[in-house]
Amino acid sequence: MKLSRRARFLLGLATAVVLAVVYAPLALVLLNSFNADKTFGWPPTGFTLEWWRMAGESEGARDALLTSLEVAALATVLALVLGTLAAMGLRHTRFFGRNVVSLLVILPIALPGIVTGIALQNAFGTMLGVQLSLFTLVVAHATFCIVTVFNNVQARFQRLGGSLEQASMDLGAGPWTTFRLVTLPMLRSALLAGALLSFGLSFDEIVVTTFTAPDTVQTLPIWIFGNLFRPNQAPVVNVVAAVLVVLSVVPIYLAQKLSGDTAGAAAGAR
Amino acid sequence: MTLAPEAPRPGAGTAGPAISLRGLTKRYGAVTAVESLDLDVAEGEFFSMLGPSGSGKTTVLRLVAGFEEATEGTVLLGGQDVTAAPPYAREVNTVFQDYAIFPHLDVQANVEYGLRVKKVPRAERRRRAAEALETVRLDGYASRKPHELSGGQRQRVALARALVNRPRVLLLDEPLGALDLQLRREMQVELKQIQRDVGITFVFVTHDQEEALTMSDRIAVFNQGRIEQLATPHELYERPASAFVAGFVGTSNLLEGDVARTLVGESGPFVVRPEKVRLGEPAEGLEPGWCAGEGTVLEVVYLGATTHTVVRLDAGVRMTVADHNDETVAAPSGDPANGAAHARRDQRVRLSWRRDHLVPLAGTAHEEESR
Repeated sequence: MKLSRRARFLLGLATAVVLAVVYAPLALVLLNSFNADKTFGWPPTGFTLEWWRMAGESEGARDALLTSLEVAALATVLALVLGTLAAMGLRHTRFFGRNVVSLLVILPIALPGIVTGIALQNAFGTMLGVQLSLFTLVVAHATFCIVTVFNNVQARFQRLGGSLEQASMDLGAGPWTTFRLVTLPMLRSALLAGALLSFGLSFDEIVVTTFTAPDTVQTLPIWIFGNLFRPNQAPVVNVVAAVLVVLSVVPIYLAQKLSGDTAGAAAGAR
Repeated sequence: MTLAPEAPRPGAGTAGPAISLRGLTKRYGAVTAVESLDLDVAEGEFFSMLGPSGSGKTTVLRLVAGFEEATEGTVLLGGQDVTAAPPYAREVNTVFQDYAIFPHLDVQANVEYGLRVKKVPRAERRRRAAEALETVRLDGYASRKPHELSGGQRQRVALARALVNRPRVLLLDEPLGALDLQLRREMQVELKQIQRDVGITFVFVTHDQEEALTMSDRIAVFNQGRIEQLATPHELYERPASAFVAGFVGTSNLLEGDVARTLVGESGPFVVRPEKVRLGEPAEGLEPGWCAGEGTVLEVVYLGATTHTVVRLDAGVRMTVADHNDETVAAPSGDPANGAAHARRDQRVRLSWRRDHLVPLAGTAHEEESR
C-alpha cells in the first residue's frame, strides 16, 4: 500500500500522540520515585534515593511481592497442565456439545472479576466448606489463567494439523513417545506464550483476589491498594510501581520474540 | 543399492503377497469411501492406485497405514492380520502428501526418528541414516533444518525417513503433487530406480495418469470407492475395461449406440485412441479392415510434439485425432497450428481407423476385470 506524504505524516503524528498518552504517565511514575517532594508536585523539586531505600527495607512490600510471584507461578503451572489437556481433549473428538465445552473453558476470562470472585467465595465457603487459603487463591486465578494456555495451544494445533503426529506414529512411536518427541516440542513456544500471559494475568489480579484470599495472604496489588492512601507509604508505593513497570518489559519482550520466532518456523515448515 | 536389506525380513521370501485386502469397507456415516475391496499387492511390486479425488484411493492407503479404522473387512500385511493394529505396530511407512517433516529436528534427526524410537544403537542409526540420505542423493544435508530445504529436498527427506526403517511396504500419498512439472518427471524416474534398488513394495497413490503409467508395475484405477480396472500400464491404456478408465487414462474417443452402428456396424460401446485414428481427404478409398467417417474440423490444437485435431463427424460424434509433428519443418509460418501437415478449421476431412484398434467396453461401467 502506498501512502501520500501527508497521510504518512498524519499517521506518524497519531502514533506519537497515542504512545505519549500511554507512556508519559508511566514515565512520571519512574521520575517521581526519585522526586524529593513527598507530595509529588510538578515540577520535581529535587533528586533523592530515599524512597528506593525505604522500599528496599519495606517488609510488607517484599512479602507481598513473593506471595504474588508464588501465586502466579502456581496458577500458571496449573493452567499449563489443565489448559493443554483441555485443548488436546477437544482436538480430535467431534462429540455433541464440543463447542459448548470450548466456550465454557474460555468464558471465565470474559466474566467480570467481581462475579467470579463472589461466586468462588460462596462456593468455597458454603458448598465445599474450604477455608480460604493460598490454595483457594491459586485455584481462583487458574480459572482464568487456563484460557490463555488453552487458546494458544488450540491455535497451534489448528495451524499445524495432525500429520506430524501421524508421521511419528507411522515411524513406530507410540502415543506417549509421540507426545514427548513431537507434540510437546511443537507446542513449546505456544506454551511459553500462554504461560507468560497467564503469569501476567495472575500477577496483577486484584478483584478476584480480594474475595478468594484470606487476610493473611497479601498479594502485591492488594498491598499497593492498601498502602496507596497512607501518606507515609505513598512514595514507597511509587517505587514499587516503578519496579513493576520495568519488570513488565521482560515478559512482553520475550512473548513478542517467541511468537515472531514461531511464526517464522511455522512458515518454514509449510 | 545401499539400502538392500542385510537380513531377510521376517516373512520375506515367502511367496505370499505383501498386502492382502479382503472385503475392505470404509464408511463415514452415510458416505461409503471404500466398498468391499479385494486386492493383493505382490512382494517387491510398484503398485499404483489411480483415481480422481474422492475415489477412495487415499482412504485405502490410510487403512493400510492404520490411520483409519476399517468398517468391515481385513488388512493383511505379509499374511498377518493387522486390521486392528495401531499405525506404530505395522511394518509399513508412509511418505505423506505434505511430507510431514518434523520442523524442530534437523534432517539427520528426522531420518533417524524411526530408528531412535525403536532404540537402535546410535552408531547404527548414524550409518543407516547416512545410507538413506545417500540413496535419495541428499548426502551433505544432514545438519540442515527443514525450513532451509526446497520442496523437492523435503520430499527426499520424507522418502529417506521412511526407507531407513526398511519397511515391508512403503506407502506414498501423492508425494510428487507439490513439485513443479520438471522436478516431478525427474523424481518419477528416480523413485522407480530407488524402488528397484531397495526391492521394497511401493504403493503409490496419485491422480496423475502419466505418473502412474511411468512408474508402475500394476495400476488399480479407482472410481467411487471401487476398483474399475486392475492391470499393467500397457493393458490399461490399450485395453481399458470401461468408459471411465478410457477417459481417465489418456484421451479416448467413445463410440456407442447409433453412432457406433453407423461407423462400425455394431452398437458397441467402443473406444479408439486418438493416435490410432488417421486424418485424410474425404472419399479416399477404404482398405479392408478399416472403418471411416467424414466430418468437419472444429479445432486444431498444436501441442508441440503432437497436434490434436478435433473433428465433428456427420454421424454425430466428436473425435480427436493425434498426429506426431515429425513432418513439420522449422520454417516460420503465420500460424504454427496450420503447418502444411495439418488440417484447417472447417475443412472437410475423413477419419479412418483400423477395426482391431477398436476396444470394446464392458456393458456396465462397474464390471471389474480385477480377477
